[in-house]
Amino acid sequence: MATLSLRDVRKSFNATPVLHGIDLEVADGELVVIVGASGCGKSTLLRIVAGLETPTSGQVVINNRDVTGLEPADRDIAMVFQNYALYPHMTVFGNMAYGLKIRGLPRAEIEKRVKDAAEILGIGALLERRPKQLSGGQRQRVAMGRAIVREPALFLFDEPLSNLDAKLRVQMRAEIRRLQRRLGVTSLFVTHDQVEAMTLGDRLVVMNAGRPAQVAPPMEIFSRPADTYVAGFIGSPAMNFIPATLEEGGAAARLAKGTVIRFADGPRPGPAGMPLTLGLRPEHVVPGDGPDSVPLSVELIEPLGSETVVHGRGPGGLAITARLPGAFSGAALPVRLPAGHLHVFDAGTGRRLDP
Amino acid sequence: MQKKVIFRGRLLPIALLAPQLAVTFVFFFWPAGQAIYQSLLREDAFGLSREFVGLENFQEVLSDPTWLNAALNTVVFSGCVAALALGLALFLAVQADKSLRGATVYRSLLIWPYAVAPAVAAVLWLFLFQPEVGMIGRGLRAVGIPWDYRLNGTHAMVLVVIAAVWKQLAYNFIFFLAGLQSIPASVLEAAAIDGARPARRFWTIIFPLLSPTTFFLLVVNLTYAFFETFGIIHALTNGGPAKATETLIYKVYVDGVENLNLGQSAAQSVILMIIVIALTAIQFRAVEKKVHY
Amino acid sequence: MAPVMAPVATPAAPARDDALLRATRRRRMLSHLMAHGALILGVLIVAFPIWMTLVGSTHDAGTIGRGDVPLLPGSHAAENYAIAWNEGGGRTRTTPASTMLINSLLMALMIAAGKIAISILSAYAVVFFRFPLRMAAFWAIFITLMLPVEVRIIPTFQVIVDLGLVNTWPGLVVPLIASATATLLFRQFFLTIPDEFVEAAKIDGAGPLRFLKDVVLPLSLTNIAALFVILFIYGWNQYLWPLLIINDRSMETIVVGLSKMIGRGDSQNDWNTIMATAVLALLPPVLVVALMQRWFVRGLTETEK
Repeated sequence: MATLSLRDVRKSFNATPVLHGIDLEVADGELVVIVGASGCGKSTLLRIVAGLETPTSGQVVINNRDVTGLEPADRDIAMVFQNYALYPHMTVFGNMAYGLKIRGLPRAEIEKRVKDAAEILGIGALLERRPKQLSGGQRQRVAMGRAIVREPALFLFDEPLSNLDAKLRVQMRAEIRRLQRRLGVTSLFVTHDQVEAMTLGDRLVVMNAGRPAQVAPPMEIFSRPADTYVAGFIGSPAMNFIPATLEEGGAAARLAKGTVIRFADGPRPGPAGMPLTLGLRPEHVVPGDGPDSVPLSVELIEPLGSETVVHGRGPGGLAITARLPGAFSGAALPVRLPAGHLHVFDAGTGRRLDP
Repeated sequence: MQKKVIFRGRLLPIALLAPQLAVTFVFFFWPAGQAIYQSLLREDAFGLSREFVGLENFQEVLSDPTWLNAALNTVVFSGCVAALALGLALFLAVQADKSLRGATVYRSLLIWPYAVAPAVAAVLWLFLFQPEVGMIGRGLRAVGIPWDYRLNGTHAMVLVVIAAVWKQLAYNFIFFLAGLQSIPASVLEAAAIDGARPARRFWTIIFPLLSPTTFFLLVVNLTYAFFETFGIIHALTNGGPAKATETLIYKVYVDGVENLNLGQSAAQSVILMIIVIALTAIQFRAVEKKVHY
Repeated sequence: MAPVMAPVATPAAPARDDALLRATRRRRMLSHLMAHGALILGVLIVAFPIWMTLVGSTHDAGTIGRGDVPLLPGSHAAENYAIAWNEGGGRTRTTPASTMLINSLLMALMIAAGKIAISILSAYAVVFFRFPLRMAAFWAIFITLMLPVEVRIIPTFQVIVDLGLVNTWPGLVVPLIASATATLLFRQFFLTIPDEFVEAAKIDGAGPLRFLKDVVLPLSLTNIAALFVILFIYGWNQYLWPLLIINDRSMETIVVGLSKMIGRGDSQNDWNTIMATAVLALLPPVLVVALMQRWFVRGLTETEK
């Protein structure tokens, strides 16, 4: 049983702020993924939770205990590093047992825990090997095992899958998820990979320039992105952004070309003529002729097998990407922008506008 | 360069450093300071009185014909040792580098004189060049050369140079061979395709690429000839005959230990320190330059 | 159906410049032969003094004294070595080689171990901690690199006299164990230890001393071995310092003892036992180099980088 709360955690390096006040509550057993581009502060945040960095201000509370000033060893956490950080001169067993030995656990207990963890991870046969003799996936498992044996209140993952090849990454991703469910340990997982974030997290924290842009479950992030940054970051290919203005009464948007699209879910607040950014995911772009359709001249076709991604350019140089089922060929493609799938953002602040 | 991740604590690191610092201060800074201090004093032979004489000791040293003789000996000795030890080692390393398999075998056969102490090296060569007992010494006399290093200063110098070169050869060989083997094969292949014959390849490609190693070794060899060869000279010639093989470091020893002229000896030490610091500074310059290759 | 060969003229064999080919081959052969010849000559010249020393240690004093040293070993090896070992070589019969060997071994081991120990500790402090005057301490150690003990020999000797350490093991060993080279080497190596190991250790709950013992030292083993070979030889071959500090015969080291035996290099000396002592004096460090050659070459080229 463990919870984690971050209260207004700030961090500056040499007067350069990298975290601008993070508040986060992680419930018992929950897996929260912190995702963002490199340099957004996600790793720093994780290292603050681990105790490897000291926050400039704010509190880290694990299980209602303020651990802000404590050493990593006294926080009841375990961490899986990006490059695994396995001690090269120790065997797999030695690596997994090291932390327990330092804590002075009895030998029998250490052996039992290591054996059990190795069993769970399927590395029982590797216990006498050294890290050099292991494959990437096996090292990854040992790094996890080292965390598991500690039976910590909190698991911290620092991009643990980024050193694996694509196939192994998918496999290990699923395994981490299963394992975390099975052990029910509260976890914080840092990644720059949006697919990893979506598939793993109970909730996501999308970080942008030291601030959490949105904290929500994956599907909500996907279907109701809080701002243009989140909307553009999550989803592949990235969401199309179309400049527009708000019509009188807020019930519709006018595109640069003059096309007017009525919002399907009700009027947005705001003065007439307010600049908007309309978002539409490529899979929601529908080919078809009609009064409200936009003519696209096709620039690039990427066949993916079951579907085709078409990059085109509309009037006024507006770039639009469409994801079409099946194959496609041709130089022109008229598309419709279905109002039901539109995301509406304030072009000034980038924030989402809801009815 | 610094580590980003460190441990906390102030007392522990200082405790860890303490032994090294203590030894450094007691046996390095204190004596070095003493040397500078004493070089400014004059003490009578019984150690009863001392007076401050400024740079007088230095003046005396620098105008003392025996010191100038020692300086000249040092230049001749070091020059010969460095030139011969470097030249021969480079020649042998180039030969060894020609065959990949042979290189390590020859290395094994050539490196062990490094392990022989200078004074022991002196004894080995003495046994060969002793005029009445030594095989080579007797051989030289048999062909009409009146060889006797105990009477002839030139002979003595030749003998200490041979012993010093013999011992240093191994060290230079190891470094030259390593230097040669680190020259990328593609560079040599390109030169071969450009039509450069082996001799030309050596002087236009290999030697310039080896110059950082050569320069480094030159400084090391000079330092070696200045100081570490004390054992060779002490065991072989005692600086003689008639001070013909007395080098600067040997004179420091003689003046300080045998003549008990501490002020002069200290002044000589200080001069030597300045020479070493200059050599080291030159070496650091060279190391910085090396980066550009 | 067999393929039908078109009736074309068989292509002419490529023109071969046999003369050039032969000349090239000959030149290559010659170059290799010369290389091996030069190297074998080099090896022989380098080995010759040692061989003659070995030979000299197996004849009786009379044969050598007459100047009739043959090129091949004689039959007096056992007695020569026995005298050198039990009574001491040369006319003066100073200290038995057995005693001097033990002294040299002790000195070399203490110097090597001492240097390695204090260098590891100080490099660890400089790399893994931040504390006031850290760089000052580093530079203080670094400067010792510049001045070999020979340069400051007389004042250092006076310090030993003042401390009353003449003729003592601490006086002999301690001044020689300050080592900037070893400290620099370990610092260089410690800087390559990934930060994640330190972090993993922190999370595992290992403090700085535990990390040193469990992670840093095991990872440094090859460096320690390489350095040990170099420092053992350095220690064994010390000459000027023991010459000054030790005048107690029972503490004589073999290198100094050997040079004292030869006196002025007179022909009337027990050269046979001197040569036996010389063999004993050079055998241990040569064996160390021969047996640990890999570490030795590595240690040499890395410490001097």
